[in-house]
Amino acid sequence: MHLDEIYQEIILDHYKHPRHFGKIPDGQAMVDEENPTCGDHIKLNAAVADGTLLDVVVECAGCAICTASSSMMAEKVIGRPVAEVRDLIARFNGMMRGGAELSDDELGDLTALKGVRKYPLRIKCCTMAWHGLDAALNQLKA
Amino acid sequence: MTSVLPFDAEAFRARFPILGQPVRDGKPLVYLDSAATTQKPVEVLDNQRDYYTTMNANVHRGIHRLAELATEHYENARVKVARFIGAPDPRSIVFTRGTTEAINLVAQSWGRAHLTPGDTVVLTAMEHHSNIVPWQLVAATTGAKLAYIPFTPEGELDLAAFERLMQGPVKLVALTHMSNVLGTINPVESIIAAAHRAGAVVLVDGAQSVPFMPIDVAAMDCDFLAFSGHKMMAPTGIGVLYAKPALLEAMPPFLGGGEMISKVTLESSTWAEIPHKFEAGTPNIAGTIGLGAAIDVYEAMDRDGARRHEEALTAYAIERLMEVDGLILRGRAARRGGAVSFSIAGVHPHDIAHFVDQDGIAVRAGHMCAQPLIRQLGETALTRASLYFYNTRADIDALVASLLRVKRFFDRAP
Repeated sequence: MHLDEIYQEIILDHYKHPRHFGKIPDGQAMVDEENPTCGDHIKLNAAVADGTLLDVVVECAGCAICTASSSMMAEKVIGRPVAEVRDLIARFNGMMRGGAELSDDELGDLTALKGVRKYPLRIKCCTMAWHGLDAALNQLKA
Repeated sequence: MTSVLPFDAEAFRARFPILGQPVRDGKPLVYLDSAATTQKPVEVLDNQRDYYTTMNANVHRGIHRLAELATEHYENARVKVARFIGAPDPRSIVFTRGTTEAINLVAQSWGRAHLTPGDTVVLTAMEHHSNIVPWQLVAATTGAKLAYIPFTPEGELDLAAFERLMQGPVKLVALTHMSNVLGTINPVESIIAAAHRAGAVVLVDGAQSVPFMPIDVAAMDCDFLAFSGHKMMAPTGIGVLYAKPALLEAMPPFLGGGEMISKVTLESSTWAEIPHKFEAGTPNIAGTIGLGAAIDVYEAMDRDGARRHEEALTAYAIERLMEVDGLILRGRAARRGGAVSFSIAGVHPHDIAHFVDQDGIAVRAGHMCAQPLIRQLGETALTRASLYFYNTRADIDALVASLLRVKRFFDRAP
């Protein structure tokens, strides 16, 4: 088994102890998305002030990859300028779709998700939270 | 009936070339996703090659030799299908793309012609999306209401609730013969009899049952039966709608085009006789003939023996799965087929499917196209191992060994 490529210790850690997670009551999520092919379900709220992403809260009923990706993303983006976050979202999703690779330095814990690219059916698990955050930021801009 | 050799799973399995193909770094394939689609035996593979090398032509038009051969084999497949499910009249067999299209055909053609505001269509809470969404679409255009027969914690239909539903203005009952998630075999015979007493017609979704058990539509007395070729060794893209001929005669066409007409003028058209009225356009000729070849395989084998093999293997799978700590079996009906769904505490089905795939084992993870059912179980997804006649105890042993490793992996606390 080449599980190490994808189920690294750091991913299991975020799966079992997801950061910035919280219960979001029905109807109170900015983004409420289900992956119709597998049933992964994400609710997400974000708060922005003065061009800075102040907070992200995620409720995720998903697999280890989906949960870990959500958790690592929240850790990575909170407190950063919205413009930077949007740029990171675009480049992260691009990388997962086979585009330019981000450096391990920039990715930090997220580096562990690079292995998912080998499994086309799992890429959606990995990018779901990122698309959700993107949608939330669009709402905040509007 | 000619005598046939007693069913031998290993010999049967050897006729499926893909099952001998290694996956994921040379691991032998353990295929436990036959409820999604079965693999194809050499007889069907050879048949497809033969069709395209010896008789490819369009059917029911053209008078050349190839057109004659293709048409003969195409119509012969219809006769085989009719015989296979006990339909007295081959005109009651309409070829479709699959179960989904067959149900949509009934919903759009029969449904739009018969359903009016206030009518009820009774479904069950364990249906596949393909037996829910077509009725939602037709309910939205006709004003008919949908009602659902609930199921018990064991995964059996609540027949008392069904009786109560039948007190209302029910025009049609549509239900699965065998659940693709719970494995439950529903008592369709008694449901059909009760529905008929109340003046309703019945559609049976046979996608899971027709591949597994002998079906006799005349004895069952269903009005419609839908099933797919690809879940019974035939190619994808070919399915069947069986309907009582009198119903088909009275139904308006579903799709319009070539093949389904009698006469076309610029103002209007008249329709071909059944079943051709419902087969607009060039059909899936190769697939249809391939379905005939798959039926030949069924008829040449010891079907009772094959079914007993699958039943024994299902019981063995359930018994062995219980060795996995934290595994919850979903569906404990007394009468069941080989779809075995479960959850494991602390491990998401996606991760389970990914892990066992690394061991060469193919299972399904997700909502199995039955979101209302999965939701009722309080889950968002399940893992399903589903069997066919070619599976053996070795497949189950490999799955359980792999699941035990998955469980150990996720149990170690980082």
